[in-house]
Amino acid sequence: MAPPAQSQRSPSPSQPSGKGEVSDLKSQLRQLAGSRAPGIDDSKRELFKKVISYMTVGIDVSSLFGEMVMCSATSDIVLKKMCYLYVGNYAKVNPDLALLTINFLQRDCKDEDPMIRGLALRSLCSLRVANLVEYLVGPLGSGLKDNNNYVRTVAVMGVLKLYHISASTCVDADFPAMLKHSMLNDSDAQVVANCLSALQEIWSSEASSSEEASREREALLSKPVVYYFLNRIKEFSEWAQCLVLELVGKYVPSETSEIFDIMNLLEDRLQHANGAVVLATIKVFLQLTLSMTDVHQQVYERIKAPLLTLVSSGSPEQSYAVLSHLHLLVMRAPFIFSSDYKHFYCQYNEPSYVKKLKLEMLTAVANESNTYEIVTELCEYAANVDIPIARESIRAVGKIALQQYDVNAIVDRLLQFLEMEKDYVTAEALVLVKDLLRKYPQWSQDCIAVVGNISSKNIQEPKAKAALIWMLGEYSQDMHDAPYILESLIENWEDEHSAEVRLHLLTAVMKCFFKRPPETQKALGAALAAGLADFHQDVHDRALFYYRLLQYNVSVAQRVVDPPKQAVSVFADTQSSEIKDRIFDEFNSLSVVYQKPSYMFTDKEHRGPFEFSDELGHLSIGAESTASSQMLSELAISSVTGHASQSSLAIDDLLGLGLPVAPAPAPSPPLLKLNSKAVLDPGTFQQKWRQLPISLSQEYSVSPRGVAALTAPQALLRHMQGHSIHCIASGGQSPNYKFFFFAQKAEESSTFLVECIINTSSAKAQIKIKADDQSASEAFSTLFQSALSEFGLP
Amino acid sequence: MISQFFVLSQRGDNIVFRDYRGEVQKGSAEIFFRKVKFWKEDGDGDAPPIFNVDGVNYFHVKVAGLLFVATTRVNVSPSLVLELLQRIARVIKDYLGVLNEDSLRKNFVLVYELLDEVIDFGYVETTSTEVLKSYVFNEPIVVDVARLPSLGPAGIFMQGTKRMPGTAVTKSVVANEPGGRKREEIFVDIIEKISVTFSSSGYILTSEIDGTIQMKSYLTGNPEIRLALNDDLSIGRGGRSIYDYGSSYGSGAVILDDCNFHESVHLDSFEDDRTLTLVPPDGEFPVMNYRMTQEFKPPFRINTLIEEAGPLKAEVILKVRAEFSSSITANTILVQMPLPTYTTRVSFELEPGAVGNTTDFKEANKRLEWGLKKIVGGSEHTLRAKLTFSQESHGNIVKESGPVSMTFTIPMYNASRLQVKYLQIAKKAKNDNLYRWVRYVTQANSYVARL
Repeated sequence: MAPPAQSQRSPSPSQPSGKGEVSDLKSQLRQLAGSRAPGIDDSKRELFKKVISYMTVGIDVSSLFGEMVMCSATSDIVLKKMCYLYVGNYAKVNPDLALLTINFLQRDCKDEDPMIRGLALRSLCSLRVANLVEYLVGPLGSGLKDNNNYVRTVAVMGVLKLYHISASTCVDADFPAMLKHSMLNDSDAQVVANCLSALQEIWSSEASSSEEASREREALLSKPVVYYFLNRIKEFSEWAQCLVLELVGKYVPSETSEIFDIMNLLEDRLQHANGAVVLATIKVFLQLTLSMTDVHQQVYERIKAPLLTLVSSGSPEQSYAVLSHLHLLVMRAPFIFSSDYKHFYCQYNEPSYVKKLKLEMLTAVANESNTYEIVTELCEYAANVDIPIARESIRAVGKIALQQYDVNAIVDRLLQFLEMEKDYVTAEALVLVKDLLRKYPQWSQDCIAVVGNISSKNIQEPKAKAALIWMLGEYSQDMHDAPYILESLIENWEDEHSAEVRLHLLTAVMKCFFKRPPETQKALGAALAAGLADFHQDVHDRALFYYRLLQYNVSVAQRVVDPPKQAVSVFADTQSSEIKDRIFDEFNSLSVVYQKPSYMFTDKEHRGPFEFSDELGHLSIGAESTASSQMLSELAISSVTGHASQSSLAIDDLLGLGLPVAPAPAPSPPLLKLNSKAVLDPGTFQQKWRQLPISLSQEYSVSPRGVAALTAPQALLRHMQGHSIHCIASGGQSPNYKFFFFAQKAEESSTFLVECIINTSSAKAQIKIKADDQSASEAFSTLFQSALSEFGLP
Repeated sequence: MISQFFVLSQRGDNIVFRDYRGEVQKGSAEIFFRKVKFWKEDGDGDAPPIFNVDGVNYFHVKVAGLLFVATTRVNVSPSLVLELLQRIARVIKDYLGVLNEDSLRKNFVLVYELLDEVIDFGYVETTSTEVLKSYVFNEPIVVDVARLPSLGPAGIFMQGTKRMPGTAVTKSVVANEPGGRKREEIFVDIIEKISVTFSSSGYILTSEIDGTIQMKSYLTGNPEIRLALNDDLSIGRGGRSIYDYGSSYGSGAVILDDCNFHESVHLDSFEDDRTLTLVPPDGEFPVMNYRMTQEFKPPFRINTLIEEAGPLKAEVILKVRAEFSSSITANTILVQMPLPTYTTRVSFELEPGAVGNTTDFKEANKRLEWGLKKIVGGSEHTLRAKLTFSQESHGNIVKESGPVSMTFTIPMYNASRLQVKYLQIAKKAKNDNLYRWVRYVTQANSYVARL
């Protein structure tokens, strides 16, 4: 009997029928429920299969709940599994009936067979019914201590499920602490990995309300924990390795030697056949070396080959995900990839989303030595049957022309496009020639000769038409027919649907008039009349403006409308560098594929386990929202380093890893001694900052070396930490950076809070200090100033 | 972390649907399918494998005509999810022997059982067929292989060559064969996909080989295996630009640009004697992926001649020459060429005595298609096509026609000359009924000759 027969009869899952079938099943299940006849399990299996297949297709079979539960008294594990699947699916909508299942699930949780124990525990936790949580605590507790690793892995995920049904039950039963213990002690790598996943989720979500949870979450990023995972990495499955690598990517080592140790340890992960492992490793490498320019560049060189291999092996889908990341790296450091340009050539059978990425990469890596070949290749695509890609290719040629110094050969190619007699090719090429002339006016002679031969009648696309008209106006002295072409275009004013084209037409005919008044006067009159009568606001207003200008004084009008042009040196980039940096920070995530930072496409609660919430958002009073959100992302790093040293002491022993404890920072000046291991959680900082008055507000100068070193703001955080001043949040971009620091007196728990705004263009730092002990503010300020003045010194 | 997993048929039917976290609405499969369908109809080409609709991220891979889909609201690693989907498909194939709509429908309960162990609450637990075996109890219902079209690169071994047991590749790793005894065998397939672009003058513009050594083991007792590759194999092209074609053409050494390895592979002696050591897990997996841009001899040369024959007529002459040994035969060859958009009619003329050829003019996208069942090494084949145009071509035919592209499969041939020198199975001598198969195949990935 083929179970999915139902779905073949109703091809669309959206219109399930089958009321009759369900009641049929109901009576059949009833008959079997009490029976103990031999072979009964086989009949049950067939019936259960049918039920599950209806469920899959979308037919509501929840009315069978009672019968299914009755039939579930069996020792047949396949039957059990089907029953569990069914119960898990419908318990939520049938909470009362779900209670029926508790009994047999609890019994199964104590079965001799670990497989049954695990299965029952998983199903028990998957019921998602809030009023049943009391029944979960007991079985979960024993599951976590089960001697079978399968049961333990299931129990750990069960704790997470419980947390999502009832967070308080989970926390009150002290499950997070038990998971932490298992994470650091269990012999089974999968149990450990599950603990890490579960704890990341639980503590991230608890952190907003509990200081302890936020400390625990930060402790996950402490040196002993990170090293514990790193040292065991090969024991983990490839998927768990990804999890560990993601954690390591957020770890901030305190010494340079650590960075190299970690990278050496992970080096062979770059040769893994699983792309997810490789990308997670690459993220670690990129993050660790951010502030070490030379090494960072070496990392790019090192990861190039593995990335290219991943792009060309695996399914097209996987290759797309990797290519998106390669694209990001190429855009950040095109010069490193300039000799690899042939890898970015498009293949005829690739989907257009891949071709688009490749075209952008080709454009980015073009330099003096490879431009000729790249442009030749792009010209091949311009004749492509795939018209959107053909257009993109022509635009790519144009962009390369705009970013090169030697555009000689490219201009020829563009002009050839104009002669290709394909309307979309001509249209794209016209727009490009216009941009090219704005940047390189010296090419006007060559271009104008070709553009002049194009019949405006063949150009339909508004953008292209506008470009042609702009050139007619701008170069009307060199184009013999310019006034007449414009005149004929104005005659067809009524048929011109695009306001953009009509606006260009007005301006072009003005410019033409200044250069060749007798020939253009008539056309200008007609254009102004048509413009004044135009229904489009802007067109009407521009016509009126020109009319008044001309009435007032023709030579003034010329100076306003047609002054000598200045060549455009750089066309504005479409994406701000800050957004690009955020995407880079979110390497190995969807942000890279969508080319958007995560806050643009995810809800706050789904950004990932380690994304900080907005708890510190309003700290940055007066800063733009973008700056503050960036600040938050950096906060994750800095606040953790602030705690690392202290927590490492505690766990070091616990783990018995014998890791070296970070050396004590340099001795501080005598006047005021600060605690090098000061700890302050963001919540307290925020609270104190609100309560305390400003005790000192000053402005310091920053040395030029300091300003230079601020290109990597992270460096300042490390530097200040060396002076026992810890950063809790930082943000901003050149020239304005904003930092929040804190420090504590060595002997007593008296805290200093600092807001420090550094403007790199004026080389000034504005400091606001708040302190528990206001009398010590002066001394602290001196200390802070001296620490800051040493920043950037070798 | 994913929220849901489902498999859809080509028509959009749910074959399997598993909700792990209840964070994404139930109608997601329909939302997904509609989006994918309209993406194409809106003329934007195929839907990308990853997209976002109303805060839900949809991932999909296409395997055997089925859509494997995952959804999540979290900003996850895209590679991880896509790799996972691919891996789920592979595990299912390991179990069912054949992966297609029919086998999936027949075995959906088994698939649910697998899915429960592969993913728990959205987190991946394991995708190892080996590990899963101890948790999964349903027996696969094996579908009839004989009438199924071949699937995937390994499928090609089923055609022609009698030396290979056709059913092996489609055999489930768990189902016992009739007679109750498992046949002790191991398959090592060297599958290479080649990409070549010829310039209009026949010069090779770019060429690349993307290879995989794929293994599928049916050996009992998990014996250790040693796989020896060419002694002269070297990896990485040093400081040289990887496209710096030297005099390596035709010389002995095989130089890979880069490669990666499966988890189970030990590389302890790889540096010394180019030997890979591994204990193969159950199921199919890639032992090694490699990439090579070293110049190689392309298996086919394509010659295209276009002659105008009056204002509204032209003749296209396509010549394909097989430049490999006559003991080797390529199969399922397809040559395609986009023609000018104003082409209205094409008449074909094959060589006298040509067999197994098909010719077609695809009116909708103005494409010429020439199919050949097989091509024996060393032979040459010619097609003449007479085109009729609806407007004068103004001598632009070459510019208006697309490049000639070709797809083919060549069994027992590999372009890179990478070889498995020997395959050693460390096992007690008592079992002499041990079959090892080392098979080579080359396929065209993008094989293009410009005009």
